[in-house]
Formats: sequence, structure tokens, C-alpha cells
Amino acid sequence: MNPNLSLWLIPVLPLAGAAINGFFGRKSSRTAVSTVALVFSGTAFLWALTVAWRASSIPLPYQEYLAHWVRSGSFSVDFAFYLDQLSLVMLLVVTGVGFLIHIYSIGYMWEEPGYYRFFSYLNLFMFFMLTLVLANNYLVMFIGWEGVGLASYLLIGFWFTKDSAASAGKKAFIVNRIGDFGFLIGLFLLIQHFGTLNFTQVFDQVKPLAVESSGAGLLTAIGILFMVGACGKSAQIPLYVWLPDAMEGPTPVSALIHAATMVTAGVYMVSRSHVIFEKAPIALAIVAIIGTLTALFAATIGVTQTDIKKVLAYSTVSQLGYMFMACGVGAFSAGIFHLMTHAFFKGLLFLAAGSVIHAIGGEQDMRKMGGLRSYIPWTFLTMGIATLAISGIPPFAGFWSKDEILYKAYQTSWIYWLIGVITAFITSFYMFRLLFMTFFGDYRGAHVDEHGQLHSVHGPDLHRDDAHGHGEPHESPWVMLGPLVVLALLSTIGGLVGIGNHFEHFLAPVFGSEYPQKIAEGSGVNELLLMVISVILALAGATLAYVLYVSKPELPEKITDRMHGLYEAVLNKYYVDEFYAALFVKPLIGVSTSVLWKGVDRKIIDDSINDAAEGARHVSDNVRHMQSGNLRSYAGWIAAGSAVVIAYMVWLGVGR
Amino acid sequence: MVPLSYYLVLSGILFACGVAGFLIKRNIITIFMSIELMLNGVNLSFVAFAAHWHALAGQVFVFFVMVVAAAESAVGLAIIIAVYRTRETLNVDHVNLLKL
Repeated sequence: MNPNLSLWLIPVLPLAGAAINGFFGRKSSRTAVSTVALVFSGTAFLWALTVAWRASSIPLPYQEYLAHWVRSGSFSVDFAFYLDQLSLVMLLVVTGVGFLIHIYSIGYMWEEPGYYRFFSYLNLFMFFMLTLVLANNYLVMFIGWEGVGLASYLLIGFWFTKDSAASAGKKAFIVNRIGDFGFLIGLFLLIQHFGTLNFTQVFDQVKPLAVESSGAGLLTAIGILFMVGACGKSAQIPLYVWLPDAMEGPTPVSALIHAATMVTAGVYMVSRSHVIFEKAPIALAIVAIIGTLTALFAATIGVTQTDIKKVLAYSTVSQLGYMFMACGVGAFSAGIFHLMTHAFFKGLLFLAAGSVIHAIGGEQDMRKMGGLRSYIPWTFLTMGIATLAISGIPPFAGFWSKDEILYKAYQTSWIYWLIGVITAFITSFYMFRLLFMTFFGDYRGAHVDEHGQLHSVHGPDLHRDDAHGHGEPHESPWVMLGPLVVLALLSTIGGLVGIGNHFEHFLAPVFGSEYPQKIAEGSGVNELLLMVISVILALAGATLAYVLYVSKPELPEKITDRMHGLYEAVLNKYYVDEFYAALFVKPLIGVSTSVLWKGVDRKIIDDSINDAAEGARHVSDNVRHMQSGNLRSYAGWIAAGSAVVIAYMVWLGVGR
Repeated sequence: MVPLSYYLVLSGILFACGVAGFLIKRNIITIFMSIELMLNGVNLSFVAFAAHWHALAGQVFVFFVMVVAAAESAVGLAIIIAVYRTRETLNVDHVNLLKL
């Protein structure tokens, strides 16, 4: 049986939407633009659902061949798609969450100039992300990989007239480029040693190889290089710095690209390459260590941030760290599980944060919020659910996936587990801090005077999300609340698929049964105990946040005064940006300016060309005097020339 | 019989006179005549070679040269008249408008 699922439709539909909106959107009405964007992304989602439904009755993995691409000797690459359980999960997450965020964006972006541009980019992003997910070889995956980077750049810099947005876009692009470099070298190594980039062919060749347990070898190198790529795309130490800055983009973009989908591409890539990583324990350990450290590191920064989106950004970095921790301990399905639930609740958190920002006229500083609970109850409700989910409180989605990871981590080493649990505590603390600062207490934001003028506390450089003036914080329209409610529902029940390891069994054909001997050892009591500990810690974090930000709001200030040095360091994100600026950016700019620009470019390249031109001019300046207009001097030159020629011919002996 | 070298020497002298006249003289008519002198110097060597080798080609060439020289004189004299009408001089040193 050879069923045809027409997988190619799924990425091509958003591409068509992007093209239509991009080419004709400028002159169309907003309604038309939204219709195009929604129809194409919605159809892609429906088609993905159809594929999921039909995929259950056909043997997976299913491959779909579209066209030749590269033919070079024995090496070849095709445009071809690949569907297995892993890409199916990613497919549904990307199209589903993507579609919801498209709906939300209609409400959120309605007032913006460049409305069509936004939706065109958003659809373009969907195309590249789906290409990435559906690719059947690393090169097609790489197209998607670079494409989402491009879309991310375009959308971070959506408000390109704002300097900070433009430079944040550039930063994201450049930092990603460092990671892509590693990924690309990894691909070259694959080509060199296996002669193919096709997933199945590579993995078939890798499977019989021995595990590189005694020392690092080829597979370890490939694994580490892939991890470098993943670090860039998925914002892990040391390349995470772009993600917090990426919050300059519109909030739906933060939700879709910088929380739910694109940043998880690294996790997907590592999981997809699990065959390679399983043969390279050192690379796997590096993945786990990077993930664990990032989880903790980013979570601590999240505690001090006051910008609502920055908190969520660091939280995203931290949660991605969890996913890599899971991959690093070999629990790929747990990582993908967390990826899925994270897409639900983090997408929801960002959208809800967008709704908050929308409600109070573009303010993002949590210190100027507070007491919004009664103004925007739906936003509060959905955001509360998301907070419960990310904090790992049962039965919400985050609990199941996070505990799965922590349990698997414990089986590898208790250190991973310990750091993971501490991170869970911090996560719970800063998320409830966000919730309490935003929705509880008194409103500390801008008010309206009798002339209806907004006494705005925020400067003009803040978000221009919402141009119309506000009396009071107001609830968002239903076009924005609808996606919030759906995502809240998913954040609530989305984790239930993990009960009884259903999710793991579903992905088992891709990942195989992970560490079977260890799972047999782990007793149920142990798992339950770990679960209870992490829930207690999550509740403790929430309680601590309640004490500090609701019942005794003067306490945080005292604590920060007491630990001033540490607080300053954390508030300034451990000075990592400054450190990178001093170590890499400034020397690079210095060398580029003094050596490359003033030395090579000006002195060597420019000067050689200028000198050549100057020389030619000089010579011709002198030579032009020969053209005197004097007939007899011409004649003299002719005679002299002929004399020379004749003398030469005589000397050669022509005709002799 | 007169040896070939005599003809060639005479031909060379005629040609050299032509070249010298061409370079030295300022009057355009004289320059023109110098050209004719050069052509005839060459013609003489053609004829001399033709007689020496008993080959007709040289003689035929001379006819060609004469025809071309006649045509050239017709055009050249027309140009000279035109130049004289506009510039009222036949001194080539004063006809230098094409210089840079």
C-alpha cells in the first residue's frame, strides 16, 4: 500500500498566504488580509489534522518525495518529506498553536501600520517551520532552520523604526548565525563520512557503529556541533542572549516564534538526531549539562526582571533548558512531551501578557500594573491556569511533562534532578511573582484626568501596541480571548496524554524504548516520592511569592537591600551581555575598524584601485600631448614607426 | 643591362625624398606631391623587380597603384580646395583643429 498524504500542502499553504499578503496586502483591506492569513494557516492546520487521522492507519514513517535537488556523484539530496510520530507531534503543535496565534494577532495587531506585512511574515514563518519539521534530510531541514531565523529576524524588527527593535533583530540573527555555523560543520562531517544527509540513510549507517564510550570520536564531534546549532536556535548557554532582546517584537511573535515553536527547533533537531547522540555519551552529557545549567541560570535572572515579557523570555530559556536536560539524559520523548506542553502554556502566557499589555495601553513594566484581576478577569483566569501549568502543579500540563523529565534525570544522576527541582522552585516563584504583581494589589498604572487625557507614565519608546487612549484597563476583544481560552484548556488537559507513559509509547517507534534496564529498576514509590517533592517545592515557591508580593509587599525591597551586590548582578543578567560585548563584540569591531576597514579595505583594496586609476590618468595626461593636431608630427610618428618596424623585420630576417 | 640594385637605390632615394618632403614642407600641396613621389618610388621598385624576375605581377601592381593614386589625388585636391576656402591658407600647421 502506498498512500498519498500530500504532506507538501501543509508547508505550501502558509507560503501561498505569505505570498498573497506580501504582494497584494498593501492595497487590501485589513479584513481581506486577515481572511487570507487565517484561511491559509487554518487550512494547513486542518490538513495536518487530516494527516494525523490518516497516519494512524498507515505504516509510519511515511516518506513523500517531491523533486530532485542536488545530484553530485554518489551524493544526492531530494526535496522530500518525512512523517513519523515525532514530526506528527511537531506538525500539530506548530499548525495548531500557530493558527490560534494568527487569530489572536488579528485583535492584537489591528491598529498597527504594516498589518499585511505582519501576517505575511507570520505565514512565511509557518512555512519555514513546517519545512523544518517535515524534512526528510538535514539539508531541507536546514532550509527551514535558516528560514525561521529569517522570519524571526523580520518579526523582531517589525517595528524597525525603533532602534532597539532593529538592533534586537540583528542580534538574534547574528547569534543564531554562530550556532548555524556549528550545525553546518556537523552537516559537512555527515556528508564526508556517510555520504548522505538523508535521515534514514544516516541513521542506518550509524546504528551498527559502536558506542563511543571510551573516547570522543566522529559521532561525538557531530553531536557537539549539532548542539552548538541547537544552542543558537533554542537559546541555550552560551548563545541564549538574543532571546530576551527578541521581546522587542510584537507579543504574538514572542508567543509563536520565541516561545512555542521556533526556539524548540533545537530540541527537535537533537531529538531527531537521537541515533547519533545515543552513540556519543560525551555529546549527550554536554547536552544535559548545558540544559541543566541554562534552566537554573535563566530562572534566577527571571526572578529580578520587571518587564513582563522579559520574565517570560527568561522563563522560556529556562524551560528549553529542561527540554535539553531531558534529551541529555536520553529521555527524548520526555523532552518532546515538555516541548508540547510548553508550547501550550508558554504560548498562553505570552498571549495573556499581550492581553495585559493591550489592556493598559502598552505598558510592560509590572511595577506599573497590579490589581488588574477585576478589570480583565478572562485574561487573569487564563494566565492563572498557565502559571499553574508552568509551575508544575497537578493536574495541569506542565506538571506531567516536568515530572517526567525530573524522574528521568534522577535515573541518570541526582545532580540533574536536584538542579531541576531547584529550578522548578524558582520557576514557581517568579511566575507567581508575575501573577501577583500584575493582577493583585492596587493598580499602579496610568490614570485618566477629566479631559480624557492619559497621564502616561511610560515613554514614547515603549510599545505602540495600542494607540487609542484608555480610561481604565479594559478586557481584550473576543478574537484575542478565544485563543487564550483554547490554550488554557490545552494547558489544563494537555498533560494527561502523559499519564501511564502513553506519550512515550506513542513516540516509542521513533526513539525506541529508552534505557529499558533503568526504567525497570526505578520503582513506582521512587517516582511518586520525587513527584511529591517537586510539587511541594512548587507550592513553596508560590507561597513565597504570595508572602513577598501580596501579604508583605515591603519585604522584597528589604531583601534586595540586604543582598545588594547579588541583586544588582542578577538584575543586570549577570553582566553576560557586557561580558560578551567586551570579549567578542568590541574586539571584533576594533579589529574590523583598524585592520579590515582602515587597513585592508582602505589601504589595500581602495588604494590599489585608486592608484591604478591615478596612474592611468597620469600616463594619459602626458601621452595626450602627442596628439597635437600637427599633421607633420603625425607623419613623423608614422615614419619613425615604420622605420622601427622595418628595422625589426630586417633584424629578424623576414623573407630571407 | 642596368643591374637591379641601381633601380632599387634610385627607388630608395625617391622614397626618402618623398618622406623628407612630407615631413619638412608646410604647404599642403607640396606634401601632396611628396606623397606622389613616395608612391612613384615604390612603383619603380615594383617595375624593377618585375623585369628582373620576369614576373608580370609587379607591373600589374603598378597599374593598381596609379589608379589608386589618381583617385586619391582627386579626393585630396578636393579636400585641399575645401580647406583653402574655409581657412584661406595652405599651411598645415594652421590646420590643427582636431587636436586635443
